Amino acid sequence: MGRFLLKRLVNYLVLVVVATTLAYIVASLALNPRSAYEGRNPPPPAAVVDQQLTAYGVNDKDPLLGRYADWIGGVLLHGDFGKTVTGGDINDQLGSRAMVSLRLLVLGSIIGAVVGVLAGVVSAIKKYQVTDRLITVYAFFFIATPVFFTAVLLKYGALSVNQAAGSTVLYYTGYETPNLQAGFFGHLADQIGHLILPTLSIALGQIAFFSRYQRNAMLDVMNSDFLRTAEAKGLTRRRALYKHGLRTALIPMATLLAYSFGTLAVGATFTEKIFGWHGMGEWLVDSITSNDINVVATVTLFTAVFILISGFLADVIYAVLDPRVRV
Amino acid sequence: MTYPADPLVIADDAAISDDPGEKPPSAVVVRGRGSLVFRRFRKNKPALVALVVLVLLFIAAFIGPFVYKAVTGWTYSDQDYSAFLSPPTGSHWFGTSQIGQDVFAQTMRGLQKSLIIGLLVALISTGLAAVVGACAGYFGGWVDRALMWGVDLLLVIPSFLIVAIISPAFQDAGWIVLVFLIAVFAWMITARIIRGMTLSLKEREFVLAARYSGVSPAGIIFRHLIPNMSSLLIIDATIAVASAIIAETGLSYFGFGVQPPDVSLGNLIASGTRSAFTFPWLFMFSGGLLVATTLAVSVIGDALRDALDPASSRAGSTK
Repeated sequence: MGRFLLKRLVNYLVLVVVATTLAYIVASLALNPRSAYEGRNPPPPAAVVDQQLTAYGVNDKDPLLGRYADWIGGVLLHGDFGKTVTGGDINDQLGSRAMVSLRLLVLGSIIGAVVGVLAGVVSAIKKYQVTDRLITVYAFFFIATPVFFTAVLLKYGALSVNQAAGSTVLYYTGYETPNLQAGFFGHLADQIGHLILPTLSIALGQIAFFSRYQRNAMLDVMNSDFLRTAEAKGLTRRRALYKHGLRTALIPMATLLAYSFGTLAVGATFTEKIFGWHGMGEWLVDSITSNDINVVATVTLFTAVFILISGFLADVIYAVLDPRVRV
Repeated sequence: MTYPADPLVIADDAAISDDPGEKPPSAVVVRGRGSLVFRRFRKNKPALVALVVLVLLFIAAFIGPFVYKAVTGWTYSDQDYSAFLSPPTGSHWFGTSQIGQDVFAQTMRGLQKSLIIGLLVALISTGLAAVVGACAGYFGGWVDRALMWGVDLLLVIPSFLIVAIISPAFQDAGWIVLVFLIAVFAWMITARIIRGMTLSLKEREFVLAARYSGVSPAGIIFRHLIPNMSSLLIIDATIAVASAIIAETGLSYFGFGVQPPDVSLGNLIASGTRSAFTFPWLFMFSGGLLVATTLAVSVIGDALRDALDPASSRAGSTK
């Protein structure tokens, strides 16, 4: 098992490096940081612009590979992610933005996977009954609905709930109430209140996605010989299903889990933008619009590391579930 | 009987069919694959509804604008300076926007764009997946390794990010570049599945026979291997339409996709989001049509999967 996990880890590390490098290079080729200086009045002298851009490490007249080496060297050796295109320090914002996004991503993926798997199992066991049909309708609807539509509908729903209740029950802007004086628990309650809707907007889609696959995997398993054997040797149907069936049906889910984090990260971008969370996704969209190469590369690195960690977790789950890889 | 070599042709005893009186009891009706699939699909009520919805959406998107112009006189690029932010009325079916654009005309135009992009992306990505997967599986060796390395690389690249960065640079070339960019990142997983299927198909007798009678590799791939994987490809293309539409609208939502003055559902939803509470017609119609489209496409895809899958027990057996 150790060797398997080590191999996967090396694989993921290579992927992180490839993804970050590519993002940096593509961003450097396609984005034009000079545009930040073009609209100024009076126009700054070309030499000054060049000097500024070189200082920030985004001057397109410097060799690309040299700039990349400087940036990645700074990241690896000093933990320094460089400057934004306006000269701000990326490290200043990175911490708070990463925390905001992680809250959303971690909660969204855990709720999505756990509830989705449960819904899928229930759906498979109650095949073609009312519960199954309801879950299927739900799944089809939310797989077909993009996050930016779900999120706005949720906001709409929250607004009506708030109007009906006469006070703000569900928050839908930002991740905390600014300047709140409420002590530790007050803050905690406030942040949880802000978390509900954004997390839901991500989780609803994830649940739908997982429940469909889990249903199929479970149905395959339910027709298999080993379950009949388990029942024949005297286990109850329920016990056989949960002890032998679910475990087998979960194996393909582990792989799926690793694949789904990419979509999750993209979905979180919409959620952050719509709910006004100042997280990594919002930063990415803004940085593309403002031609900010270093920020694009930083956010890619963050996403890649997130996918690495969660993909690695998926592999651990896989190794625990499937004895064949432990040899 | 169009595909006599198909292993899935199923003999169906007319004596136990729904209408035994029509044929002599001794006759055995052999149903071809095509009619079998059609019968299975026809039994699936949600799929039929979805098909009707999709056809209506196509008609609305491609013929709707002409009818609308004839009836009310508005097109997607016109502005009505006498009606800003008007709710749905007789002369503006879906209301008007902040600058007096007709929301119905815009939504139909956006739907048209999204449907075309979805179909083209599905066509390109499925075609690419079939060719690459079949080549990798059939030739093996270094061709296989090189192609699969490319697949892995494309899977790793954060596609949304790359498309978002590149596509504004090609603004002048229009939406066709966007189609290619989305398609380039949409075919990899299918290619892997196709490769796996090719590996087992290429050892089958009919492929060996073709090879020994001197058919070229290209002939084998295009005439023998890919047609034999058509069920999977059809299903996959359907699913690709839905995901391409979602990808396109997502990119357009952030302003990285279809660029103004052209409209897509993503643009419309994005501009409607800000006023979704106060002026819901700006948001709800485009959003609702988007969901209706992707929902219809995925229900059809699911029904096709059931109908084409030889092991499927759903939708009745052979009847």
